[in-house]
Amino acid sequence: MTPLAKLLEAALFAAARPIALDALATLDPEASLAAVSSALDELREHYDVDGHGVEVVEQGGGWQILTRAEYAEAIERAQVAVRPQRLSAASLETLAIIAYRQPIGRAEIEEIRGVAVGSVLKSLHERGLIDIVGRAEGIGRPLLYGTTPQFLEQFALRHLEELPRADELAIALRGVGSAVVAE
Amino acid sequence: MIAPSFRIADAESPAFVVELSQFTGPLDLLLSLIRDEHVDIYDIPIARIAEQFLARIGTLGLDEAADYLEMAARLLRIKAQMLLPRADGEESWEDPRAELVRRLLEYQQMREVVDLLEHRGEERRHQFNRRWVPQAADITPITAPLSLTLNDLLAAVDRVLRTAKEPTMHDIVPRSLDVAGAMTTIRALLSMRRDARWSDLVGRDAEPWQILSVLLALLEMAKMGELRITQARPFGSVEIVRDAVSEAA
Repeated sequence: MTPLAKLLEAALFAAARPIALDALATLDPEASLAAVSSALDELREHYDVDGHGVEVVEQGGGWQILTRAEYAEAIERAQVAVRPQRLSAASLETLAIIAYRQPIGRAEIEEIRGVAVGSVLKSLHERGLIDIVGRAEGIGRPLLYGTTPQFLEQFALRHLEELPRADELAIALRGVGSAVVAE
Repeated sequence: MIAPSFRIADAESPAFVVELSQFTGPLDLLLSLIRDEHVDIYDIPIARIAEQFLARIGTLGLDEAADYLEMAARLLRIKAQMLLPRADGEESWEDPRAELVRRLLEYQQMREVVDLLEHRGEERRHQFNRRWVPQAADITPITAPLSLTLNDLLAAVDRVLRTAKEPTMHDIVPRSLDVAGAMTTIRALLSMRRDARWSDLVGRDAEPWQILSVLLALLEMAKMGELRITQARPFGSVEIVRDAVSEAA
């Protein structure tokens, strides 16, 4: 491995959260972004080819070393680490709406879901998956919510654009004429 | 799909109970009805669906019910609108179901994203990053015992007590209000003249208890109809007028 790849390996090992490419580039002032990027590829290949228990993954807006999925059960059984809890259906629905419509206020989320979402918003906020990103202009200046880097990380997304575009969703929705959509 | 969260059904409730907690809301229930009945979402037989919707929400708890009841009311309104005679021109007729269809489609679209998120999230759950710590274990309790002798403790208490200031004490003298006395004074004054001003009743050097007595007396007498209190403009002087009704009586 090149010295740069080793340096990156050390940095990724030390970090608990994904590190962005430009943050990795500051490790070595001599190295260009392109050099860092190819060193990351080298590191990833090294882990894949030599058969390691961990892998280098790009997600959550950066790079991260993660254990391979096949060892999850054994690790958890031995109580070395604990998997995060699954989100409830109500939480996932709320999160999906926020991911697509952010910044979005509570009333708008409730309009789409058809139920009150106060407690769900609170728990998503506590889990660090959403954050308050501003206030709307309207009456009462309601809070606006958006997703956090933690959200990307927990759903193995590199960035928000990785989610399918709205027009790519649902066969049932294709060809929906303006007759129906018009209000 | 989303793992439904089942609530343990009450053993004594009738056997034909639909567990609604498996639905995340009225739109979810509505979509499931449309799927079960193999109904075209663009041409929902609203009467049938509304009836089924109502039948299913019969067993809801009060908290959950609000959201479902709102939808039920909406369905019934659409049903009523569908029954209205249509104008001849087809152009001018607006399908009362259009808004509901739009919401259902929007909701369905969101559910697809939910499936995707659930899938990705589940995969990610099988990989640990370094130093993944369960959230509850984040706060490490301080277990080190206090290294402190009894003397240290007593000295500390002494220091605190020394520096603490003597609290300033106020004497509170009970002084009862004399509302009855004030009423007598006001009556005497009003028997001589038709109207009076606040300043006639309360002297410049009146003490708080006197002012309060007069105020309460005035309010009481106004309530009993002995006098009227008027004010020409905000912050203007208050006019106290003998009430004509009591005068006549």
